[in-house]
Order: sequence, then C-alpha cells, then structure tokens
Amino acid sequence: MSLEPTGSVEAARAALASQGYLADRPLALALYLALELGQPLLLEGEAGVGKTEVARAYAQATRARLIRLQCHEGIDVHHALYDWDYSRQLLALRAAEGGLDEGELFSRRFLLRRPLLEALEAGPDQPVVVLIDEIDRADDEFEAFLLELLSDFQVTIPELGTIVATSPPLVVLTSNRTRELHDALKRRCLYHWIDYPTAEREREIVHIRVPGVPDQIATRVVQAVGRLREQSDLYKLPGVGETIVWARALLALDASAPLEESLGAVLKVHEDLVRVHQRGVLEGV
Amino acid sequence: MQPGEAVVARLGALAAAFRLQGGRAGVGELLLSVRALACVDSASREDSRLALRAVLCSTRGDIERFERAFAAVFGQPTPDVAQELKDLGQIEREALPRTAVPGSSQAPSGPQETVPAAWSEVEILREKDFARYSEREVALARELIARLARRGPMRLSRRTQAARRRSHAPDLRRIVRASLRTGGEPLQRSWRAPSLRPRQVVLVCDVSGSMAPYARMLLQYMQACVAARRRVEAFAFGTRLTRITQELAGRDPDRALERASTAVLDIAGGTRIGSALAELNRAHGRRLGRGSLVVILSDGWDRGDPELLGAEMARLRRTAHRLVWLNPLAAHPTYEPLTRGMRAAIPHTDRLLPGNSLASLEQLAVMLEEM
Repeated sequence: MSLEPTGSVEAARAALASQGYLADRPLALALYLALELGQPLLLEGEAGVGKTEVARAYAQATRARLIRLQCHEGIDVHHALYDWDYSRQLLALRAAEGGLDEGELFSRRFLLRRPLLEALEAGPDQPVVVLIDEIDRADDEFEAFLLELLSDFQVTIPELGTIVATSPPLVVLTSNRTRELHDALKRRCLYHWIDYPTAEREREIVHIRVPGVPDQIATRVVQAVGRLREQSDLYKLPGVGETIVWARALLALDASAPLEESLGAVLKVHEDLVRVHQRGVLEGV
Repeated sequence: MQPGEAVVARLGALAAAFRLQGGRAGVGELLLSVRALACVDSASREDSRLALRAVLCSTRGDIERFERAFAAVFGQPTPDVAQELKDLGQIEREALPRTAVPGSSQAPSGPQETVPAAWSEVEILREKDFARYSEREVALARELIARLARRGPMRLSRRTQAARRRSHAPDLRRIVRASLRTGGEPLQRSWRAPSLRPRQVVLVCDVSGSMAPYARMLLQYMQACVAARRRVEAFAFGTRLTRITQELAGRDPDRALERASTAVLDIAGGTRIGSALAELNRAHGRRLGRGSLVVILSDGWDRGDPELLGAEMARLRRTAHRLVWLNPLAAHPTYEPLTRGMRAAIPHTDRLLPGNSLASLEQLAVMLEEM
C-alpha cells in the first residue's frame, strides 16, 4: 500500500512536526509533492542539517515502515536488492544428489531479500518509506541500477523475472555532494536543498530535541553556533546535529559553564579549534 | 482537469528561460510541472514557485538559475548578474585561452597530408615549450593531448569481478551454477577479486597573468581529462577559485573552453594561491574526498600570504591521496623553488613535475598511472 497522500502542505509539515522535526515550508512542500506525484525526493545540504531525519520522522508519523539503505563504496545489486543463498543451494544440491533442476535452485526458497526488494514486496497494508542514504558514496553503476527502480518502481531479477511494486513507496534519497550525481538520476527526482535554520527556528529545534533544556542554554548555544558559522574560514561548520549535542553537553555540565570548554562537541578539526580560541569568537556568549 | 492553454504556454516560457540560464528542462520536466501545479493552491504565487522549483531544479546551482528564470517570466525584478560579466569588457577576455583552428591556408587538405611529415612535426612538438606554440601547433597538439588525458590513476574497489586465478574470495555464484552440471558436486572452483576503478582526480589550474602562456594548453589538457575520464574535477584560480568541471564537460572542446573562460572571471590577473586553496579545502572539501589525487598546475608566483599557502597545502595533503605540483618553470635545468610561494608549498607536495610541454604531460600521465 502506498502512503496516503497527506492532502496538503500543512499536513505534511504537521506530520513531521509531530515527530519533533520542524520543517520550513519549502521542505514540507517538496515532501508533499513527492507523495502527491509519486516521485522520489532528493535531499541535499550541509552535514548535520537533518536530511536523513526527514524520512525517519515522516515514516514514524504515518506509522509507515522505514526501510533504509545505507550506501557505501562498492555497493551493488546483491547488497541492495537480492542475493542467492549459495551455501544452502550447495547443500541442497548435494542432498538431492543432482536431482534438483535450475528452476528449483533459483526459486524463492533460496532467495535472500535485501532492503529494496523488501520495500517493493511490502504487503498491501504496509506503507513503506524507503530511505536511500548517502547515494553519492555509491558508484555510477549502482546509480544506473537505481534508475530502473525509481522510474517504474520495478526491478528485474534474471532468474525470477520482473517484480513490480504493488504501489509506489515514498523514496527519499540523500546526498552529501561528495560527487555530482548523474543527470538521469536527478531528473527522476524532486529536489530540495536543506539550509541551516534561522536562529529562532534552531532554538525551537533545540527545545524539542533536548526536552527540559532551559531557555538560557538554548539561546546561548544557538547564538554561539551562529557565530561559528559566520567564520567563513573554518574547515567544518557545525550543523544542527552539533547544536543539539552542545545543548546536551551544557545541560550535563552547567548552564553557565564557559562554552570554550565544551567546544569539542561542535568543532572536530584541530585548526578550527585553534582559530576560534585565538580570535575569541565565543567571547561574551 | 485539463490545464489551460495559457498555463502550458507560460510554463513553456519558463522552461525556455530556465534553459537560457543554463538549466536543463525537457518535456518530462514540463509535464511534471503541470502536474505539480495542479497539486498546489494556484492562487498562491509562493507555493507555485516552490512547486516548480522542486520540479525543475536538480542541483544547488539550479536554484539561482530557476529564480532568475521565474522572475523573467512571471515578473518580480531581480538584479541582473549576467550584466556584471558583460561589464568586465574585452581586456580581461583577451588573455583567455583561445583554441585555435588552423588558418585555411595552412590547413592540410585531405590527401595532400603526408604521414611522415605529420609524424615528425608531432615529434618536434613533443619537446617544444607550450609558450612558444603557434596557433597551428596548438591545434596539432590537441589529438595528442586527448590521448594523454585518457590515462589516469586507478584504485582497487570493494566491488569484485570474476578472476582467472585463485584469488581472495570464491565465486559462489559460478560454483553453484557449475555444480548443477556435475550432479551437485562443486568440482569447478571459481574466484572473485577486487576490481579496478578510476581514482578521483582533481585538477587545479592557475590562470593568473604569469601563467598565461601555459594556461591555454593546460586548460586544454584539463578539458580533455574531464571529457575522457570519469571522476575528474577541474578548478581554475587567479585571485579566487572557480569550479569549471561542468563547463569543461561536453564533446566540443572549443565550446567547452569558451564556457570555462566565461565562468572564470579573474583570468590573467593576480595570484593568491593560498586563498584559492583555502576555498578548495572548504567549499569543495567533500568533493575532494579521501583518496583523490590532486594536481596543482601553477608556477608558484604568489602574491598572497605564504604562511596561508603552507597551511592550506598541509591540509590538502592530509585529505588527499597524493598531491602533485606541475610547474612549467621546473622544466628549466637550473630551476630551484625559490619563490616564497613554492618554498611554502614544496614540503607538502608528493611530486614536483614540469608542465611546459607535451613530453612533460606524458610524464604526468605515466606517473598518474603508477600512483
């Protein structure tokens, strides 16, 4: 079963908000369109702005099953879609003393279902959200394989034939832009760039994600992160994820503890730490 | 509900304007945008804009293109960015790398071209300094450059492929298939080994004034690399860094180079290598990734802060697989890296190679293959 179209942009935003994910309108609209048009949604943005979280929050909100495929270097069809259980096949062959023919050997009995096949074959009453995470880590061949899947929501397994999704699931792809994705893949997707949130929005996010955090901490942390992001010569700017970790750190320490002490929660490059210390970026926060 | 003719016409105009800005919009996108518009509240300009943006854009750069196209078709003035480009005038463009087509009088026409002459000409060309190339020689060298550009570094992938010899993992798929023929006995053994993939190459070319005699040939080499191999990124810098990978892609080298020189605003100006590398490390740090091979093509004449250059080179060295510096001046037998910039950079480079002739590019190609 496909996910029920949410009906409106506001409903999509509300669904995300119910799981503590505060989306701005452009993101909610992109998500709503992805559902409405049955198109995959490609999310890009700096590290730690909550790309992965969109799929997770939406799946939880709609009680859909989240099927996540983490891409990595060298991922192929047999990691993502299906594989054959070769050791059991060999055992069965030996046991049958050659009495097995090819059809029996390559039947569903010996099929190992990987995440994408699970998603395609989800039962009619089980809505599914497929998250293809960090697609830029996979190689071109894997992208080409995804094309067939994403355009028709069907795949072909040579020994079994073509498998068509009973109804298209919501597919969310995320990319960190370590390389440019192929045009053909991008053209099949709706696109949204997730930016850093405004200070006000980020404070709300901290309050939601760190329950019980005093407003003093949230304000300090958000202000400090804002200052860090203004330092254009840092190698790695802190994302929203880092803001949340920092708020938790302060909650564990002491609301008025000097921020410099726990700077390691947000900056992880030695040169960046040195720069921030030397310039006194965090003075007065 | 059928969309009105008027809507489709406007969307067609928007798609055309988007293409004019350099975006890609075909019939598929057009159909999808009609469907997308039907989903949102048509009275809301903002929602329509966002819906169309989600459909038409597919990179971050597209967003700016889309906003300009949208403003052009549906009103709302935005400052004209393209105008700034035109304001630059001809002087800056003068030094742009011009790819030459040999004059018709000199062009070898058909059967009159004798093979031995061409061969010897190319032989002479190999050692000749790029700075002394005539327009005709530039065109002659193109073929050789394209051939050199196909060669590059490889790396072992986690993907495996069938191997002839005994290797690190059994190929169970084949063994099972084969044992079907031998009554279930796995008699034939097959193996899989890691496959070779092209390693990412990042080419960073100095196009400042002092590099002008070499830049046109080196940019040609970069263009050929981008066109011939997968996983190549190209950047150009003078005082600031510009990514030109997308401009250089495409089959027609002349048009690619023209696109690239329009994109690079500071050709033949000053040099600040340090700040250019700083930008490379920050804005494109992820693109470099781990395991990419970075080639810097520059003479090392730097007007910026040598300390910054040293620090950024150190960072680049730590994130890249190998760091190679191609310096046209290094071809001179008595060359020593004495300029402030080179002195700061040398400790962080894996190899320093000359980059002034076809022979030196060949040297680079051989070295890339070994790395």
